Amino acid sequence: MQEILNEFSSPQLSRKLLEKVKESAEKFIEKHGRRPAIMEVCGSHTHALAETGIKKVLKDYVNLISGPGCPVCVTEQKSIDAMIKLADGPDRIICTFGDMVRVPGTEQSLLEAKTAGKDIRIVYSPPDAVKIAEENPDKEVIFLGIGFETTIPILAVALQEALQKNIKNFSMWMTTKLVEPILRTLLDTNATKIDGFLLPGHVSIVLGKNDYQYLAEEYKIPGVIAGFEPVEMLSSIYKLINQFLDGRAEIENDYPAVVSDEGNPVAKQLIAKYFEPVDEAWRGIGIIPKSGMDIRGEFAEFNAKNRFQITVGEPRKTKCRCGEIIRGMVAPEDCPLFGKACTPLKPIGPCMVSAEGTCAAHYQYMRED
Amino acid sequence: MCVGVPAKVIEKYEYSALVDVMGSQITVGIIFVPEVEVGDYVIVHAGQAMSVIDEENAKLSIEEWRRLADAGNSE
Ligand code: SF4
Repeated sequence: MQEILNEFSSPQLSRKLLEKVKESAEKFIEKHGRRPAIMEVCGSHTHALAETGIKKVLKDYVNLISGPGCPVCVTEQKSIDAMIKLADGPDRIICTFGDMVRVPGTEQSLLEAKTAGKDIRIVYSPPDAVKIAEENPDKEVIFLGIGFETTIPILAVALQEALQKNIKNFSMWMTTKLVEPILRTLLDTNATKIDGFLLPGHVSIVLGKNDYQYLAEEYKIPGVIAGFEPVEMLSSIYKLINQFLDGRAEIENDYPAVVSDEGNPVAKQLIAKYFEPVDEAWRGIGIIPKSGMDIRGEFAEFNAKNRFQITVGEPRKTKCRCGEIIRGMVAPEDCPLFGKACTPLKPIGPCMVSAEGTCAAHYQYMRED
Repeated sequence: MCVGVPAKVIEKYEYSALVDVMGSQITVGIIFVPEVEVGDYVIVHAGQAMSVIDEENAKLSIEEWRRLADAGNSE
């Protein structure tokens, strides 16, 4: 098996596929007078495409547009400020994924709050926060639940554990996001020209191939579910361009070793049991109806939004263009702060903080020096 | 955050498993993959195994990519 997995990143195979992609992209350019436009929905793809150099070597052939799949990047500033404010109060322990702590809030980041003495802990897995609550019965332990469909079922596992162990001092502040509503919004508003989608491999483990049929059927836009190794990404890009050339709009599963047609049934059941769709605000876009998941009414005791009254003012305005970046409307280089006032060491927006953020990927791997 | 890494299952318990990820051993939840067996490879995300990597399909993908890579030179 290990040998098979090694093939997924084989340099020889990658080089050959790269040539194939270029050949078919040239045909497209000849026919349409422009490069094919492919949006990679997932932040991990953005990172992997930049890190492996694929984005750079293909830049004259394929317009690879980064999409809305970086969880902290799509979280609106007000939610971020509210999550940081949660740390106020002497009895609190805030647990979060690592990506969140450096995101600048209007007043401070979670990291700055931690330096100032707040108890803020990075956990690897949401159920770890339940354990922290068990070990600290006199504290309120709050997990900041951000993420897409890959992460939402794991939040359900944490909630189930707290319920089964009857832990009263654990709650979650959820600002999760769903893929279908944002893709529909991007297409409905014509935010940017997209010929096809490189669909997110890990989200698709949960959703399954069938859950993307609306793209092909309603929007006539093709999508290919892709893995994260160079060979996998190049193959999926190639398949997309071939669909454009043939005038087809189909959903293809190019990651069949881990993604099924139906998705993961246990994950889907757990999501439905504990969560329900809610309106969510997206950075730079505003509220999209039923575009996130929050805790169902019957489990409201675990909902930090019920337990703590948090009010925040209007966020400070900055020149940060993350709101347009997550919709693929501008590139990081279009932001006047990119690489100057805003760098990974001193980020101004979340797109520069997260390893999955487009600005961080461009800064690290794609700057033309 | 969505980074999923392949991990090899070394021991299986009731709700969790010991896995090897590039040489280091960690315990992950297996609630989403009840069918998992020792020796399987899984994709791990935030401490949970999310999917068992299907060897047959992985082989088929490689064969397909090789065919793609070598095809069309006669076009
Ligand atoms: S470079 Fe910085 S300020 Fe500009 S859009 Fe990206 S994160 Fe925002």
